[in-house]
Amino acid sequence: MENKPRIRLIGVLLKATLLFVLFNFAFILIKDVPLGKLSLYNSIFPGRERFPFGETRESYNLSLFDLEAMFASHIIDGTEKAPHEYRVILIGDSSVWGTLLTPEQTLAGQLNANPIARCGKTVHTYNLGYPTISLTKDLMILDQAKEYQPDLIIWLTTLEAFPRDKQFSSPIVANNTERVQLLIRNYHVPMNSTDSTQVNSSNWEQTFVSRRRAIADLLRLQIYGLLWASTGIDQIYPDDYERAQLDLEANEDFHGLSSLQDSLAFDVLEAGMSIAPNLILVNEPMLISDGANSDIRYNFFYPRWAYDEYRLMLSQTTAAHNWNYLDLWDLVPSNEFTNSAIHLTPSGEKLLAGKIAAAISEPCK
Amino acid sequence: MGLVETAASIAAALLLGALTRGTWRTYLLLVFSVLAVYWFQPTVRLRSFDFWFPSLTLALVVLVWFIVSETNEWRTRQNLIALIVMVGLPALIGLIGSLLPDPLLFRPLPPQFGEYVLFLLIAATVTLIFYRLSRRQSWTLSAVILLLIAILIVLKTPALSVQTSMFFRALQHRPLENASATDLRWLGFSYIAFRLIHVLRDRQMGRLPALSLAEFGTYVVFFPSLAAGPIDRAERFAKDLRSEFKLTQEETLSAGQRLALGLFKKFVIADGLALIALNDALAMQVRSTGWMWIILYAYTFQIYFDFSGYTDIAIGIARLVGVRLPENFAAPYLKPNLTQFWNSWHMTLTQWIRSYFFNPFNRWIRGYKSIPAWTMMLMGQLATMLLIGLWHGVTVNFIFWGLWHGLGLFLQNRWSDLAKTRFHTNSARWKSAMHVGGVVLTFHFVALGWVFFALSTPSLSWKVFGKLLGLF
Repeated sequence: MENKPRIRLIGVLLKATLLFVLFNFAFILIKDVPLGKLSLYNSIFPGRERFPFGETRESYNLSLFDLEAMFASHIIDGTEKAPHEYRVILIGDSSVWGTLLTPEQTLAGQLNANPIARCGKTVHTYNLGYPTISLTKDLMILDQAKEYQPDLIIWLTTLEAFPRDKQFSSPIVANNTERVQLLIRNYHVPMNSTDSTQVNSSNWEQTFVSRRRAIADLLRLQIYGLLWASTGIDQIYPDDYERAQLDLEANEDFHGLSSLQDSLAFDVLEAGMSIAPNLILVNEPMLISDGANSDIRYNFFYPRWAYDEYRLMLSQTTAAHNWNYLDLWDLVPSNEFTNSAIHLTPSGEKLLAGKIAAAISEPCK
Repeated sequence: MGLVETAASIAAALLLGALTRGTWRTYLLLVFSVLAVYWFQPTVRLRSFDFWFPSLTLALVVLVWFIVSETNEWRTRQNLIALIVMVGLPALIGLIGSLLPDPLLFRPLPPQFGEYVLFLLIAATVTLIFYRLSRRQSWTLSAVILLLIAILIVLKTPALSVQTSMFFRALQHRPLENASATDLRWLGFSYIAFRLIHVLRDRQMGRLPALSLAEFGTYVVFFPSLAAGPIDRAERFAKDLRSEFKLTQEETLSAGQRLALGLFKKFVIADGLALIALNDALAMQVRSTGWMWIILYAYTFQIYFDFSGYTDIAIGIARLVGVRLPENFAAPYLKPNLTQFWNSWHMTLTQWIRSYFFNPFNRWIRGYKSIPAWTMMLMGQLATMLLIGLWHGVTVNFIFWGLWHGLGLFLQNRWSDLAKTRFHTNSARWKSAMHVGGVVLTFHFVALGWVFFALSTPSLSWKVFGKLLGLF
């Protein structure tokens, strides 16, 4: 009978432990390798029309914090800029991303449905909106987006993105500490140095065990690519949902502030505006309620005093810097909002797209 | 079983395997298995039913053991100890649960202690009546088999499950409109029922060896195979329990390899594929033929890796305590015909069905001399596969799935007979081509059959078939 070599259990356990430790620490060595750029999108699967975002399995989508992976899954990453293309990038919150809207119904989708020309080129618009409201989040995306050779950036924003306490509350900002530090340094944004986002990550945080969630998200994003390719679905479209509130509370509070002076992150806005010379800033449409207490508040987000003060400050700032600015706050009637005071119906988006298209097709300077 | 339950089972098995010997091993296996019946039971929305279902499982185990065992066998010391374990542990769980309702320890929300005592009294009375009857009346065994089949039918028929849930909701003064088939999620009952029926039938045939209550109880609710099989045979299982066992390094390594393989198959491959596998929603949403095939392939491999992964885990854990559970899969997707596929897919279920349905059915139908041989074969195969389909659930789609395979087996048998006479050749190349062709054809036949299995309604299934064939 053949003598099988005797295997010792302790030896197997020791080797397994050693391999596990080595595997973990190998991730420290490759911490600067952008794993997120490894993507099946734009090769095996078509790129996404908008960034991955979602919390339920039924939407075939997920929220992750790896900006490289988010861009690598986007159609913009796989689209070579053609000589006749006038590339427009949209930045903003969930209203730009298109909550409850199919990719074709979003602002970018509507602009692409009726191609317009600028400077003798055909305008193609890319949706780089992301559903959290924070100027710092927008700045992060803007900073990354400039690598994609935009001819024009349209930045849609609203007051809720401005308060200082909102800047780091977006999970994607809170989970990209090093990137935020870089933004602060590069654009000289004055931030509180004790802020938690400015803590350096340790080597331990670079191990496989510490990064397992991010790696699992990256893998899931690739797997969901198959469902994106086969269904074209990237969010749930419920037949019924709760409409945006029209009857409001008699409450004048806005982030506990008595005045907006020195409480809004105009420095972040300034940093963003400095990124691209050709940028249109848009004060995005919002629901103006005519229900209970609408004399005190415009909508769920804003008391009238705060929003009026913000609009005044924004128009003064844009005029002082000579920025290209569109104030479209009251463009859309209240019946064209869906589940939030900033989420538009397809018809509302069409109305907005008309105004934006007019701004894009202004004579070439 | 999730990862936590699997990890706890591995730890328990390692502890048992390393520390226990002889009869102690059997008793402790019984203790752990009884605990597992309660711990693994999923939460159900009917009040205290996550306690009652495990308790009913144990009551049925005791009832069946009493009627298949010899007269007065229960009076022996070792059987009394096992009886105390099977009655006392649930009481302890109930008591702890009502004092410290910690979901980490015991998920079930226990009933009032008095209710458990009442349950015990009823169970003891029923057991005693059946025990006495079984000494004199041979139909008692058949009556219990029918009872088990009736419970199985109720649990597997959505409409009956809802009606039953409504009945219990009415008793509990809870809203009837929330009644759902998931209210009756009785952990592992399909497997438990088949093990009990096997024992009862073998007793009827006079081929059941004597088993102590500890051996019998451990066999039926053995914690590694409780939720998803395999379905072992009682006499083989008892042989393992009775043989001397020492957890050696080789045994641990071999079990570890099997466990690693099973964990990888289940929690990495199958759970990954589950994200993209065919389901009701995707049946409506997938836009093209090519992607529909990919989604179907994903389901085909997901169901294999999920089920065979669970089997590997069960076999691995069982090895740590000296039990060699039977194999359930043998590379089924690499088989060149449907007969071989069914000889290597969920093997313990097909062996059970063959022993207790197909063979008796064939013997019975052969009595009708006027029926042509091919009709007998068709009827046998259709009835057998229909039964396997219904075992998974009494729905139209499972019926279609059973018929699909029954017809497939019949046609394949006819073809094999024809091929033997018409296409016989000694050419190795031809044989090899036929083998590869057979594997591809069988795989796709099985994969197409999964359309019925994966989806809830025939209309969705037709839609998917249409998409797969490029018709829609």
